[in-house]
Amino acid sequence: MLKEMKTDNFNDQMTTELEKLNRRSVLLMGLLAVAVVLTFSFCVGFGSLKIGLDELIKIIFRFGDYDPVLSEIVWDIRFPRTIGALLGGAALAVAGIMLQVFFRNPIVEPFVLGISSGAVLCVALVMLGGISLGFGAVSPMGLFLAALLGSSVVMIVVLMFATRVKDVVSLLVIGLMMGYICSAVTSVLQSFAEKEALQGFVVWTLGSFSGFTWASVRIIVALCIPIFGSLVFLVKPLNAFSMGEEYAMSMGVNIKRFRIFLVAITSILAAVVTAFAGPVGFIGLAIPHLARLLFKTADNKILVPGSILMGGSVTACCDLISRTILAPVELPISAVTAFIGAPIVIYLIMKRRTSL
Amino acid sequence: MYFKTDNLSVGYGGKALIKNINIGVEKGKILCLLGPNGSGKSTILRSISKHLKKIAGTVFIAKEDMNSLNSVEVAKRLSVVLTEKVAPELMTCEEVVATGRYPYTNHFGKLTDDDHRIIEESMEAVSVLDLMDQEFTHLSDGQKQRVLLARAICQQPEIIILDEPTSYLDIRHKIELLGILRSMAVKQNVTVILSLHEVDLAAKLADTIILVKDNTIFGSGCPEDVLNDGVIKTLYGIEAGSFNMLMGSVELPRTCMSDSRVFVFGGDGYGTRCYRALHKSGISFCTGVLYHNDVDYQVAMSLARQTIFEKSFRPISDVIYEQACKAMLKCEVIIDTGFDLDGETNRNRQLLELAYNTNKSILSLRKQTLKSKAEVQQFETIGAMINSEKLKLDSDEMSSISLCS
Repeated sequence: MLKEMKTDNFNDQMTTELEKLNRRSVLLMGLLAVAVVLTFSFCVGFGSLKIGLDELIKIIFRFGDYDPVLSEIVWDIRFPRTIGALLGGAALAVAGIMLQVFFRNPIVEPFVLGISSGAVLCVALVMLGGISLGFGAVSPMGLFLAALLGSSVVMIVVLMFATRVKDVVSLLVIGLMMGYICSAVTSVLQSFAEKEALQGFVVWTLGSFSGFTWASVRIIVALCIPIFGSLVFLVKPLNAFSMGEEYAMSMGVNIKRFRIFLVAITSILAAVVTAFAGPVGFIGLAIPHLARLLFKTADNKILVPGSILMGGSVTACCDLISRTILAPVELPISAVTAFIGAPIVIYLIMKRRTSL
Repeated sequence: MYFKTDNLSVGYGGKALIKNINIGVEKGKILCLLGPNGSGKSTILRSISKHLKKIAGTVFIAKEDMNSLNSVEVAKRLSVVLTEKVAPELMTCEEVVATGRYPYTNHFGKLTDDDHRIIEESMEAVSVLDLMDQEFTHLSDGQKQRVLLARAICQQPEIIILDEPTSYLDIRHKIELLGILRSMAVKQNVTVILSLHEVDLAAKLADTIILVKDNTIFGSGCPEDVLNDGVIKTLYGIEAGSFNMLMGSVELPRTCMSDSRVFVFGGDGYGTRCYRALHKSGISFCTGVLYHNDVDYQVAMSLARQTIFEKSFRPISDVIYEQACKAMLKCEVIIDTGFDLDGETNRNRQLLELAYNTNKSILSLRKQTLKSKAEVQQFETIGAMINSEKLKLDSDEMSSISLCS
């Protein structure tokens, strides 16, 4: 009798404990959603050009009389740019968390594994080599397809190596080398490029969300939203992968199919961001860790949506900083993200008892 | 046979290492693979669990070909505990165990009340319920191994495969883990297939044993029938030292092969500790007279230079007694370990009294000494005795001898 009561009590405690954890996660998720909304409004509201609040409201709700030039700035520059940064950051964070779980390594991300560099190389072929893929000179769709080709090729090559080499350090080195090879080819292309095309390309490689237009926003929305939705079905195998590939397999995860999904999703997400904003580093690496620190869990059911919200708002904030802090000079986005990302990497390495 | 392999060939990269493996085990029984490092135990286990592609042959679970089952169906029948260390960061033990429910949950991986109950039961079975909320990576190796076993149990399999589950575990955790496996096999009718390094534990745990050596199946069957000292020596290629199946104990190689100058009176198990201590100090010794059914006999046969023994349950014959006298008289130091002195015709007592009447140095561990004129040094502990001057000199001389030769 006493024992029964004890276990009952224990069970009650357990459920309340669980509820507390869930409540905490839900609360944090709500806060993150609020943060996204706030970031969005800040990003639209602030810029190198000061626009008053009343003017802004008039512009957004399109009533009364407002300056058509300012309206154009808000609607055609700030809106697409903000949406691009939000979705782009979310995409990078998702790609990062998937790669980190799959490779069971805390410091992989599209950039580290050379996936972004592959995308850059193919974009260079389009921008500098004039290979148009039948989409006219430099259309957003053409850029994206080129980036996708590059990122998926590198991703597949890295995965092929990953099945051979078991230790993660070798894998990282392979990823870095892939990155170097891609950059080398890119720089060869640069040296042969026309001056005019080269300048645009160099600006693009620095990374910036300034290039977002409604056309590119349409593509990123059309790609990211369905992918984010489909992640609901990938969370379960992702959680199984936390125990390593061998255990995941023994639990009934279809490894082949999961690999294909992984390659497809991470390449598409990395490609879409790289195509329109250039190679953006550290977001994919840092955001999943920040999410883990915040939610204090390894459950991808919570981490994936958390990373999406966090990735979006942090990236949009970084973008806001990059264009306002030294305005009118605009900093490359990677410079800002590196300030956040690099300390996190160092912190992680110091904190881990085991080596990478 | 519930689980069976039919002409299974296993290996890496399309090349067969071990061919034509035909092993089987009934439901609720334990099958254990034994063999030296690198003999192919893991290769076989990994091929059975589908982690490695089979080269040829078929694996049957309950007459069903495993190839005809999809990954989830396999997962419902078979779960594993692997040697590879896992470090899932930030995961609590409960979450680790809960991954075992994977093949049963829906697309979103939602755990039902039933799942939670099974998770708790599995953790209870290996007594890790109290670790539930602790982070897995913060546990000790023994705890980790038990949580991983709970995970495997949580998958509610019919077969559990464990690849060297006792590595990294101390003796207590080894006993506990294997005890859990045994009771699971008996109570829940779960079939267990595992590989072990500890021959003695394997013999005590397994119903069937498979010996793997140099990528061949070297022998199989009931451990009580298959395993003996000779088989183990060949299986592991033991050249120096010995393994005693009966005692389940390992003895290190003899370090000193010179003639012995120490005679040990053993018997009733008093001798064993003394033999080991002398052996470690590199002191060669004779011992006697032991009965064939004495525990001391088993150890003495591995360690003593000469063991004088008599068949069980009979008085010591004249021949044997004379042999013992000769051996004793040749030695310079006599150790009396404190055997039983009772009995009218106790010839060991007779022999000891003879020793007391010579001028040999006598080291005694006996609580109450015999009355005698001889010089007897009394010791409380073996440690003190081994460090005594008498034996020291001896061993110094010996090492110089062995250096010369």
